[in-house]
Amino acid sequence: MSVDRRAFLGAAGLCALAVTGTRSLEALAGTGRPETAPQGRRVPRWGMVVDLRRCLQADGCTDCIAACERAHNVPRLPSRAHEVKWIWREPYERAFAQRGSGYADEALRGKLVPVLCNHCDNPPCVRVCPVKATWKREDGIVMMDWHRCIGCRYCMAACPYGARSFNWLDPRPRVKEVNPDFPTRTRGVVEKCNFCEERLAQGRGPACVEACRERALAFGDLRDPGSQVREQLRSRHAMRRKPELGTEPSVYYRA
Amino acid sequence: MRDRGLLVGGLALFVAVVTFPVWYNVAAGTTARGPEPVRPAAAGRCVAPTEYMRASHMSLLMAWRDDVVRGQERNFVGPDGKTYAKSLTRTCLGCHTNKAEFCDRCHASAAVTLTCWECHIDPASLRRAGR
Ligand code: SF4
Ligand code: SF4
Repeated sequence: MSVDRRAFLGAAGLCALAVTGTRSLEALAGTGRPETAPQGRRVPRWGMVVDLRRCLQADGCTDCIAACERAHNVPRLPSRAHEVKWIWREPYERAFAQRGSGYADEALRGKLVPVLCNHCDNPPCVRVCPVKATWKREDGIVMMDWHRCIGCRYCMAACPYGARSFNWLDPRPRVKEVNPDFPTRTRGVVEKCNFCEERLAQGRGPACVEACRERALAFGDLRDPGSQVREQLRSRHAMRRKPELGTEPSVYYRA
Repeated sequence: MRDRGLLVGGLALFVAVVTFPVWYNVAAGTTARGPEPVRPAAAGRCVAPTEYMRASHMSLLMAWRDDVVRGQERNFVGPDGKTYAKSLTRTCLGCHTNKAEFCDRCHASAAVTLTCWECHIDPASLRRAGR
């Protein structure tokens, strides 16, 4: 039997498709957001809603920040050049740089609002990482693999929210109270909020949400119309940070 | 054979220099010993047979690392059918509580430098440091 080059290549292509299965077909067809995992399991899309009105009631409160630092061994570094931030406070004008609200946001001007990684649907930080040390999980969490990070800081340059920090100094001695269940990081890697993925795996909510006494933070499945977060987004106007950039944040702010 | 003395003397000196490490160790009373890691006192069972762990624990740990961080797969079912958490700090050090006399002894003897503990925590040394 004689096989010409064309027939051989065709057959080889079909074989490759058969071996790699529907995954490659999906990739070729470019089906963007799978609603279900390969096993047919429903995948949530984690998101957070910050109720600014409630948050500002407890003026000066930093319970969420303290809880996150305790849970994740975030070092306290006084110098702005070296600081490491997972969830922190930013002046309203800096957090929401958009113009055109007129007098509508007068109540928020000059106030400090909590900010964190937005776990963007279209995360620029993920695109630029040369070693895939950061990637978007199917539940929307923008994860980091600190084992793999080479510390190039491309992701920090790409993130328009300043949500990533670099460890210039050895963080271990600068962690106030070490939680043995979570690693510290090492000098030369980038870190940020992980939406408490290690707690979600145990069926618990994020540490900051749990710690907030005003219950200003809500966490849940954005894909589920009946979830608490969707309920909150329905009942009052909410905004996202720098929506004009198209990063599609999963953290919403109720004004 | 006028330089016989020189030849023999030179040879003797050569042998003495080459075998110096042997004599040095004999004099210092050094014997050939292994690193002698201390196994946990509570005679439990490891997640995999000792022979496998001795040769391949590093591959197992690398696989666990990728499973947990990148695959969201946190449980390990051992050859004995039991389920363990893929956790260096909790599962491994849960039994091998003395990292210094278990992990470190072998690695020091084999001159292997690890980076695990730059981030992962050994609860015992944390306690010792009073933190
Ligand atoms: S907020 Fe920044 S770090 Fe977080 S996903 Fe978006 S671009 Fe990446
Ligand atoms: S600093 Fe690390 S996570 Fe960020 S782009 Fe470089 S390798 Fe990737």
